Amino acid sequence: MTSSFTDRLLGRVKLSGWVSLAAPILAILFAGIVTSIVLAITGNPVFDTLTTMVDYGSQPRSLVLILNNATTYYLSALAVALGFRMNLFNIGVDGQYRLAALVAAAVGGAVTLPAPFHPILIILVSMLVGAAWAGIAGVLKATRGVSEVISTIMLNTIATGLGAYLLAEWAVPVAGSNNIGTPPIAASGQVPGLAMVPGSSLKVFGLVFLAVAVGIGFHVLLNKTRFGFDLRATGRSEQAAVASGVNVKRMVVYAMLISGGMAGLIGMPQLLGASYSYSLDFQPGLGFTGIAIALLGRNNPVGIAFGALLWAFLDVSANILGLHKISPEIVTIMQGVIVLSVVIAYELAHRYRGVAEQKRVSRELAGAASTPQKEGASA
Amino acid sequence: MLRNRFGKVVAGAAAGAMLLAAAACGGGDTTEGAPSAAPSGGASAPAASGVKVGLAYDIGGRGDQSFNDSAAAGLDKAVAELGVEINELEAGNGEAESAKEERLRLLASGGFNPVIAVGFAYSASVAKVAAEFPDTKFAIVDDEANKLPNVSNLVFAEEQGSFLVGAAAALKSTKGSIGFVGGVEVPLIKKFQAGYEAGAKAVKPDIKIQAKYLTQPPDFTGFGDPAKGKTAAEGMFDAGADVVYQAAGGSGAGVFEAAKAAGGMAIGVDSDQAKTADPTVADVIITSMLKKVDVAVFDFIKSFTTNSVQAGSKVYDLAAGGVDYSTTGGKVDDIKAQLDEYKAKISSGEITVPKE
Repeated sequence: MTSSFTDRLLGRVKLSGWVSLAAPILAILFAGIVTSIVLAITGNPVFDTLTTMVDYGSQPRSLVLILNNATTYYLSALAVALGFRMNLFNIGVDGQYRLAALVAAAVGGAVTLPAPFHPILIILVSMLVGAAWAGIAGVLKATRGVSEVISTIMLNTIATGLGAYLLAEWAVPVAGSNNIGTPPIAASGQVPGLAMVPGSSLKVFGLVFLAVAVGIGFHVLLNKTRFGFDLRATGRSEQAAVASGVNVKRMVVYAMLISGGMAGLIGMPQLLGASYSYSLDFQPGLGFTGIAIALLGRNNPVGIAFGALLWAFLDVSANILGLHKISPEIVTIMQGVIVLSVVIAYELAHRYRGVAEQKRVSRELAGAASTPQKEGASA
Repeated sequence: MLRNRFGKVVAGAAAGAMLLAAAACGGGDTTEGAPSAAPSGGASAPAASGVKVGLAYDIGGRGDQSFNDSAAAGLDKAVAELGVEINELEAGNGEAESAKEERLRLLASGGFNPVIAVGFAYSASVAKVAAEFPDTKFAIVDDEANKLPNVSNLVFAEEQGSFLVGAAAALKSTKGSIGFVGGVEVPLIKKFQAGYEAGAKAVKPDIKIQAKYLTQPPDFTGFGDPAKGKTAAEGMFDAGADVVYQAAGGSGAGVFEAAKAAGGMAIGVDSDQAKTADPTVADVIITSMLKKVDVAVFDFIKSFTTNSVQAGSKVYDLAAGGVDYSTTGGKVDDIKAQLDEYKAKISSGEITVPKE
């Protein structure tokens, strides 16, 4: 096994069999133990805390919230993962989705179209803006060799400044409010929620299906298309990709455009499903959550789905902790430990696999040497 | 290795993100001897036992030495004097909008009544949850966008208090040049700037005023980064200012440091910062613009215990004593007469202070 640590970290090398399942489960158990120790040290009841979280997190209302949060996290992690699969570190998902959601909200609030076209227009605008913003980093890397890590981080900051300016330009003041936001999107542009969870009046974002579709599309694009093959090949070895005729520079730009376009979707479930306006308190930081979840899910659409659900469960169940005088930050510790332990667990699993493989090979070789070969040596 | 690289980015971005109103709008004087900690220990105190107050903080929560702490001071006073039981929940960095709503709902469904939301970020959430729990009384600080029969909107006339300290700055400035450092460029903080500039110009129409905001939304680190505050204020002192007013929450500490180093003067915000700031720099603070969130929170709880809660807006302006300037240290004693004259004129409506 000659894969690099980054290859293994980003899931470009796959584990198979029981280890691939055991690794994340052990990692989550380990994170549970660490959290328990932290709880015990801080003088909180360990068992009660965890059962309280599970009780609250499994109520119908909480399930809806978990699904809604997970939808957003999933889109974010997929946008990050697409870059990761090609060895592109799109740290700028955060700026991309914020800027995209702002422009899309402004456009959506300014126009009125018949129902199916209005939300579609908003989503398209958002994807275009996200892609364009990420594309800047892609073009810089392809033409000038600028590291996308640096350029996307800088673009995040620029997106913040530009966003603040545009919001101030486009916002409509609400009497008596210290908040400002874009004009609300008319009913024709809103995506109705779905009463999917019995026992709760709260509705699941209608765009949960968009997230599922994007997940399937991600899998198909990467595994069933020539483009996906080129992308993965470039991620594994740039030289090999060049040798086999892949235009790496073009791939860089395309990958950033797609990643940015997916980033443009991140804000949509919330914008079209709940807030209908981009205001000062539009949720920031989702791009960074996406990085953690992409790592957690090994850049695999199914893994990321589990990662997003787990992350959302932890976030939502943290709500109850304050009521019991337990600091909700305990959940942040848990999330951090889970990501670290998953990374370590997979690394250990890979090494275990490597050692086991070596042993098997040497055993077979030893066996082959001891039994005289009947046929002549092959070339 | 990868986590290191990401870790810093993540930590940096998460650190102050989404502070929203946590603003410079906090502090409040704790002179009435509020206890330092009071978790649900109100049972032994007198009077209205049985009242359970739920309070939801903005990002930063209790201990932010700013806006939230001011609300906490009011809550503590209610525990000590009214014997109410309390529970406090805190907003998380970069949380989903649904989390705010859920926090209020948990308090309301947990039997807490009244429920107080600190910061305009709770505006939409209060509107939704208050409609669901018509028998629970809600209060929201810094927002009057949503009016419901069971919601009290506690708002402040920050521009009026800022007018007074602006006048003080102009009167105290020998160079005819003053500065304003805002935490994050949001409408709330612009009110501070507008009042300050109006006050300064009322004294000296040709005064030179420099203004700088530390960050732009949604980057709310400007409310908690003393280094940024210091750099901004240093620039203003270098450019000839000798008095700088800060409405920048935790970043204000840096403004005071810069004033100390430059031999200039500074004006505090929210609480009487000549008392609460680091003692090594407190002597540069000539006055502070007081925004009495603690008074508003206490008054609201008190009105609940006497069953006299009023829904709708309650404006804490100069006339109501909701905003004011502080005189600790005696540095504005010589101009007190002039300031009080402005105060009377604003209270009587003779002077209308612009909000933007």
